[in-house]
Amino acid sequence: MNIRNLFSYGFLILILGLVQILFLKNLAVFGHAFGFLYLLGLLILPSTLRTIPLMLIAFCIGFILDIFFQTIGMHAAAATLFAFLKPTWLKVASPTGGFDEAEEPSLGQIGFGRYISYAFPLLFVYCLAFFTADQWGTGGFLGILSKSFFSALFTLLLTLVVQLLFFSRKRSIS
Amino acid sequence: MLRIFQFLYRVRAFFLFAFLEFLAIWMIVANNSPQGAAFFNSSNEWVGRALKQQADVVQYFSLVDANAALVDENSRLKQELLELQVRPDSMPLVIDSALEANFELKGAYVVANSLRFSQNYLMLSKGSKDGIKPGMGVFNSQGIVGRVKSVSENYAVAFSVLNTNLLISAKIKSSDVFGSVRWDGSTTSEVQLLYVPRHVKASKGDTVISSGFNAVFPEGILIGKISKVEVNKSDPNYLALTVKLSTDFSKLNYVYLVENTRFQELDSLYRQSDLINEY
Repeated sequence: MNIRNLFSYGFLILILGLVQILFLKNLAVFGHAFGFLYLLGLLILPSTLRTIPLMLIAFCIGFILDIFFQTIGMHAAAATLFAFLKPTWLKVASPTGGFDEAEEPSLGQIGFGRYISYAFPLLFVYCLAFFTADQWGTGGFLGILSKSFFSALFTLLLTLVVQLLFFSRKRSIS
Repeated sequence: MLRIFQFLYRVRAFFLFAFLEFLAIWMIVANNSPQGAAFFNSSNEWVGRALKQQADVVQYFSLVDANAALVDENSRLKQELLELQVRPDSMPLVIDSALEANFELKGAYVVANSLRFSQNYLMLSKGSKDGIKPGMGVFNSQGIVGRVKSVSENYAVAFSVLNTNLLISAKIKSSDVFGSVRWDGSTTSEVQLLYVPRHVKASKGDTVISSGFNAVFPEGILIGKISKVEVNKSDPNYLALTVKLSTDFSKLNYVYLVENTRFQELDSLYRQSDLINEY
């Protein structure tokens, strides 16, 4: 990962964070499906990035969002879990032999089917952790489950749209 | 020994994970307790400023509604004022200190609001500089809105009624039976009225107002109307009443903050007599 990449990732995460705070904050489709678009920034971080820095990055981003959402701790907890599972899951979901060095698991790089099988379970786990923290002791488990499922689906859809619209085929960040 | 260290080194990622999760969960717990210490008060300042920018833009779209609500309220207040005005032939009445106003009102507008979580908060445009204190009640012309949780210099964060941690002392207007209003986290237009004994006759359409027992809200602020009467399944001694909120939380613009000037006195009295005041 060179400096130029570092900047483009930083820029992407900043933009996604702003979109999350300014537009997606109060948006919930049918009051049920939330869009956590900022996770795209974590999803496409290169597979060479180790778990520890990844978790620290995820925790910081989650925490900053928490401050804006006034949900102190919830995004941070869920994003840390997300980051903890990401490298392992990427290894499991990747073809034998693994990804090339510095390859990033984005739609343009790994293809439609593999992207979905890689991203959706992670997003679902994230949503599950988030809504469990949110509804601790109040909501039923079924409610959490359906909210998580539809939120993960909606988030996946958002990440697909963003990647199709704004990412060029060859390079991940145009 | 070396092996243990090697092992610990190999699972360091997991340790960091556990540590970060612990930190996050600790923050969630500390932040969600209603009486807990306010968190990141200074960061409110930055966050508030950013969210205010957003609200300043978004607010233009709801100016018509906001104005209509203000006009409505103004006319209602004018009406009440006319009724209250002293007629010249009546005897002048010196107001006793016991009848002195206990409540002070302040106005603010909502900078940020959320409805989609089970712990929802509002951010308001006024802070300690304008005399806002934690514990003040928040309501608007439609009805009850919430209660201030923490303040920074220019902004305040308040629990929304749509926060499963907030209990508000309420009563049914027609029968004066009191209970506690609490949101169950499902529908954003309905709350539950708890602890109403079963012998009470409550019917659909009864008005629910704040009771004035909790020293946060004055008596008589509208909460909503009873929309469903059932027997509590888990505890058959009580009724499970569903109240349709009069406040539309998706369209909050301007709110009033109310401070009970005798709160300290009441609170210390409660403490003296070992009563835990319900908020």
